[in-house]
Amino acid sequence: MMIGAAGAVLVLAATLTFVGLRDSVVYFVAPSELAEKAAPNQRVRLGGLVVEGTLRRDEAGAMRFAVTDGVTQVEVRYEGLLPDLFREGQGVVAEGTWTAGEAFEAERVLAKHDETYMPREVAEAIKQRGDWKGEDAP
Amino acid sequence: MIAEIGAFAAALALALSLAQGIFGLRASRRDSRAEATAAIAQAAAALCVIAFACLIAVFVQSDFSVAVVAANSHVDKPLIYKIAGAWGNHEGSMLLWCTVSALFGAILASTRGGQDLGLWSRTVGVQGLVTAGALIYTLFMSPPFARLDPAPMIGSGLNPLLQDPALVAHPPLLYLGYVGLSVPFSLAIAALISGRADQAWARALRPWTLAAWTFLTIGIAIGSYWAYYELGWGGWWFWDPVENASFMPWLVAAALVHSAIVTERRGSLASWTILLAILGFGLAILGTFLVRSGVLTSVHAFAVDPTRGIAMLVLLFVALTIGFGMYAWRAPKLAQPSGFAAVSRESMLVWNNFGLAIAAGVVLIGTLYPLIVEAAGGGLISVGPPFFNATVAPLLGVLFLLLPLGPMLTWRVGDMRAALKKLAPAAALAVLTLVAALALSQWRAVPAIGLGLGVWLIAGGLIYVWTRVQRGEGRLAAKLALLPLAVWSMSLAHIGAGVLTIGAIAETSFRSERAVALRPGEGVAFAGGRVTLLEVGQIEGPNYSANRANFRVDLPGSSRLLSAERRFFPTSPMPTTEVGILGRIDGDLYVALGDAVRDTPGAWSIRLYHNPLVYLIFLGALMMALGGVLSLIALGRRRKVMA
Repeated sequence: MMIGAAGAVLVLAATLTFVGLRDSVVYFVAPSELAEKAAPNQRVRLGGLVVEGTLRRDEAGAMRFAVTDGVTQVEVRYEGLLPDLFREGQGVVAEGTWTAGEAFEAERVLAKHDETYMPREVAEAIKQRGDWKGEDAP
Repeated sequence: MIAEIGAFAAALALALSLAQGIFGLRASRRDSRAEATAAIAQAAAALCVIAFACLIAVFVQSDFSVAVVAANSHVDKPLIYKIAGAWGNHEGSMLLWCTVSALFGAILASTRGGQDLGLWSRTVGVQGLVTAGALIYTLFMSPPFARLDPAPMIGSGLNPLLQDPALVAHPPLLYLGYVGLSVPFSLAIAALISGRADQAWARALRPWTLAAWTFLTIGIAIGSYWAYYELGWGGWWFWDPVENASFMPWLVAAALVHSAIVTERRGSLASWTILLAILGFGLAILGTFLVRSGVLTSVHAFAVDPTRGIAMLVLLFVALTIGFGMYAWRAPKLAQPSGFAAVSRESMLVWNNFGLAIAAGVVLIGTLYPLIVEAAGGGLISVGPPFFNATVAPLLGVLFLLLPLGPMLTWRVGDMRAALKKLAPAAALAVLTLVAALALSQWRAVPAIGLGLGVWLIAGGLIYVWTRVQRGEGRLAAKLALLPLAVWSMSLAHIGAGVLTIGAIAETSFRSERAVALRPGEGVAFAGGRVTLLEVGQIEGPNYSANRANFRVDLPGSSRLLSAERRFFPTSPMPTTEVGILGRIDGDLYVALGDAVRDTPGAWSIRLYHNPLVYLIFLGALMMALGGVLSLIALGRRRKVMA
């Protein structure tokens, strides 16, 4: 009986893990890949550099800024306070959804945590574009 | 000069730990060789301590000709952070790892107690090899005493986020826990070599497992508390890879604490206990690897150096290959007593182990899945809190549902009906909480179930203490005094889990946050009160300058002052946040100061959080750790009685 119950718990755990991984995995995309990779209402992580001089507050009070990977610029809209370490010209990861023709709706914005750390996806995206200037490439 | 002494001592310690390994493993029946092994282990530990003391000394002197000091320290840093700088970096923390491992080896060597000579000697030997492996990695892959020529005039400073009292204590405590798990590993390998894992062996295992688990508990709690007040995001657990790296060994250590009890009391589950010990240490190395290699995107990934990561993986591979290889080869030869009744204390402990091990496995899958997908060419992904909340929470929920039953059942054959009858008041209270929470939260099921489970754990723990008290004779005070320490320690840890659950559920489900821009003199209504910004001024600290904002918080019936800072360190371009926290019985009112708002002159961006019952999270963790400490004392007393 115990073995049967143990098997049931294992099956339950495996199902939870499988469904969890299917539903809550978030793909990382660079601005230039957004159109091809992000389906409407699919949560993605958009990573790139904040374009200098684009940070502003719109009429509705939300923050807007542009993110680039050196190829494409995407406007991001975020209702909330940007993290402490958010800076123009530096790496950022915005998690949210995107619909063609509109701004990227960010639900979460992550910024660089300290001076030597850049979100790895951002470094990856910039390196792919050949714009990598950092020395401690991860 | 000091750096050279340190490097020399560490190299000598490596030679001695190798000797400790060889002498220990070639155990004989002669006491003289055992004495020699013990002496070598003590000498190796002393040399490691000398090496680490030398590292602290060069940090205190600010000797910037040592590369590690130049990269991680600064002349005008307060003394305490100069000292802490010794372990606030990759090289130093690895030397600390070695030192702790060598010290544990020496303690093992000095406390044979009633253990079988061969088993004990081999344990000391394996521990020597663990220390040697760590020292090889440290000295060749990340030498802490490497010199710089020419030496820079000033250092580049310790990351300001880490200049915090909690972060002085956090790494050493975690390492005491991680490395503490190396001793159960050594005991497990020694048992496999010797072909015996009896009750005396489990008795030797228990204090080490408990100590490692207790250190991990305190270390994780302090780290979580630091993240709560220092990062300024109002959160306390982010399911970040680095956090998971410490949570997985914690889960396995918790399982091991319980399975070792079964092995000691009933002589069964020995091979499972051995397997857990191997897994626990493997996860501890994996944890060190995840934190130190930076392979996973994390809010606090540190060193980013692929070669180091690979070397760490080699160590992990060696430890696990030897561990699992020995296990596959020798474990079937261990004597296996027959199984046990489905309803008994030991069967409940098996369920506990099953649940904790599966939870650790799920966390492992979630943590490593991005790496696997990337390696398979599936692109970059992240697995975030939604995954862990949807998987680990239900597993722990089932575990907590069963938990209060365990202590109520007796060993061998338990009486489930009697146990349930005694626990009925706790169940009633839990259901009442569930219904009340449902009604008050507009029928949100998850928080209601969580709060109900928390109450179930606390009430169940109290009922267990009460049933034990009733067994005594005389007045209540006399009965309480006669209660064994082991009852108190177990109940405290279990009730602590309930307290933590209530805090965690209340904080994650009912927190509120608000971002506002305020000019001095302006206020905003928040969490049933009003927060007014009084003024923002400039202050100077020992090695930083800061904007300091003073607030007045008006609550019904009282008015309190609160201040929050934003510190700027000349050595770092990034400011740090010092939040203002007003602790009340219903939770924390938490204020973080942001930047000056650029399109509204004179206004500051301010984040307000109300974190209900958040202190219960840390109180619960503290109770669990205290339970671990009391249990250690109980084991120590028993050892004295038996000696």
